[in-house]
Order: sequence, then structure tokens, then C-alpha cells
Amino acid sequence: MKPVIPMRFRPICLIIAILALTTPASVAQNYVVFDSIHQLQSYIEREKDATLVINFWATWCKPCVEELPIFEELNRMYDDQDLKIILVSLDFKSQLERKFVPFLKSKSLESDVVLLADQDVDTWIPMFDDMWDGALPATLVLNGKQRIFVTGEFSSVEELKKVVESLKAETPRFRSPVTCGSKLAGQ
Amino acid sequence: MKLIAPIFQVTLLFCAFFLISATPAKAPAGYVIGDVAEDFRLRNVDGRFVSLADYKDPKGFLVVFTCNHCPYAQLYEQRIIDLHNKYAPRGIQVIAINPNSPAIVPEDSFEEMRIRARQKKYPFAYLFDEEQKVFPRFGASRTPHVYLLDSELKVRYIGAIDDNPEVPSGAKKRYAEDAMDAVLRGEMPFPNYTRAVGCTIKKKP
Repeated sequence: MKPVIPMRFRPICLIIAILALTTPASVAQNYVVFDSIHQLQSYIEREKDATLVINFWATWCKPCVEELPIFEELNRMYDDQDLKIILVSLDFKSQLERKFVPFLKSKSLESDVVLLADQDVDTWIPMFDDMWDGALPATLVLNGKQRIFVTGEFSSVEELKKVVESLKAETPRFRSPVTCGSKLAGQ
Repeated sequence: MKLIAPIFQVTLLFCAFFLISATPAKAPAGYVIGDVAEDFRLRNVDGRFVSLADYKDPKGFLVVFTCNHCPYAQLYEQRIIDLHNKYAPRGIQVIAINPNSPAIVPEDSFEEMRIRARQKKYPFAYLFDEEQKVFPRFGASRTPHVYLLDSELKVRYIGAIDDNPEVPSGAKKRYAEDAMDAVLRGEMPFPNYTRAVGCTIKKKP
């Protein structure tokens, strides 16, 4: 009987197998820690060619955790260049190793994960929406200049997709700053 | 036109990220600073119904929307007890209200409230907003969420207890304490509105 893997390839296969078993980086969830809101702002800036879905959550927030599969499902529905999901966790940095990383490993999320550790919440919360007072979960959908901010959890991927599609439908090339100003004044 | 468009883009970006933070803060709904809070009548963990009018000559009330299950509320639990013990002798009582529906969070049922209040020896009233009519009137959206009322029940401060949920001693700004000190001095607290991370209030469907 002919061996499935020729003899000369066997050491290589063995090395690959050992590497696959011993390098957790290849399977572990990737995440970044931002100590300052400005890091998150630049991150958002870099990704803004795509429609962005920015979800604020935490491992201790039950409805947030229940909602994560909805974002994952949405992520699979769209091309990476077309839609980008950023899961911004507000977990404590001190619980990174003990709680946050094990949680991510157990969920193996495909969306980008950010741990935002900027303590000055009173300053940065209104940067996302001046009506938001910090209750979790909350989601901001950005498409160019268009934005929709949703507080509370989504009950289904269809509900979330509807919000995303409503923004994608309106893609104006030009909006006057008067509109922006009046929007702010109206809030 | 080609030149104007990028200028507008930059302006819009500026609006989105920076101007919003410069606009005056206000609650999404409910009371704003200066409004007179309407009294309520809610069941306390001891079975009796409590109203603000039951308290004689109050200097104010620190109405705290809090609950059993929320980890953020739990982080602040001892601080709420300490605030009451410090300020009740000076005339400002803590009135804790659980606004959550036990249909959504069973840990926040009236029975569980009684157990927690007993275990942690709450020195203040821990009321159940069973019909979920009081928290929308205040405009509370999360736990914990505090409203400081003065002796005339005018809303003087809305927001967080302090700026460090995790480490009480690490707080740089003790918003609630500063606001209560200001009210006791007959002054207007500043800041009078802060935002903080917390658990969404669980409404009945």
C-alpha cells in the first residue's frame, strides 16, 4: 500500500502539525488595546472608505454578548471592503488576561475587536452621539457622512442589516455644513 | 466646486468628531437640570410604600437608579452605601430605585432585591419601579444613574457617581459628592451632567 504522505514530506508535515498545535497566535482572536480615544478615532478614519458598524459592548453586559453573533453574521454577509465591523469593548484593561482574552478565545470572533481603555468616558461618549449617555450596548453605523446611532440591542441580523442598507441607499456626494450644524442644533 | 467639496468634507468630519462634544449636554428624555421632580410612591424592600414627601425637612435626595444584576451597579454598591452614610446625617438621603423588569432579568425581582438589601445591609430605601413609570419620567437610561434633587425637589445634578468605576480610590472626580456639597452650600453644582458606562435599563417588552 502506498503511504498517503510520501516519506520525504513527513518531517515537514510533523513540523507543521507541531506549529499548528503550539502557536496560539494562529487561532487566537486578534484585538488591539487603545488607551486613548484618539487612537480609535484614527482607526475609524483609516477604515472610513467602507461602511462602518461600530458596536460598543462589554463581556459583563449580557445583552451585548447575546448580540455579538448578529454582528458576526452581518460580517459574513458583506465583502470586507464594503463593510467593516469594529467591536469596541469597554471591559477593564486590568481584566484583560483573566477575563477578556479567554472570552475572545471562546467566541473566536471574526470582526475586529478593540478594547477601549480611555477612562475619560464623559469626554469621549458624546463624540459618538450627543444623545448617548453611556448605556450598553450601543451601535454607530457610519457611511461617509451619513450616520445612525442605535442604543440597545438588535434582535436580529435583519434588523441590523436594514439600518446598514438604509445608510448605503443614501450616498450623497455632497452635504452642506449647514445640515450638520442644524442637526447638532436640533439635538 | 472641486475646492469647496474637500473643505466641506473636513468641516463635516470636524462636526462629527469634535463639535458634538462642545454642544451643551442634555439628557435624551426626562428631567433636565432645574426641573422639579414629581414625587412618586414605590414599594420599598421592607414592604412599605415610600414617597419623597415622607421625609421631613430634607436638604435633598440622591435618587440612584441601580439594580442587583449589573456589574457596574455592583461596583458602585458600596460607594452608594457610603454616600448615604455620609450625607443622610446632613439631610441628603439616598433613594435607590430598581427600574428593571424581572421578566427580562430575574435577578432584579422584588424578592431578589429584598435578599440583596438584607445581605448588604442597605441603610437606604431600595424601591421597586414595578410599573416602570418612574424611571422614564426621570429619563434614566442605565444603572447606575444618579439624580440629585435639592430641598425643593429641583434636579441639580444628573449622571455618574465618580469617574472611576473600577477603583473607588482612583477617582479623580467625585461628581455626586461634589454636587451634594454644592447643594448643601446653596450653590449650583458644576458639572451638573456627566455621562458614564452602565447597563441599559431593561424595559418590559
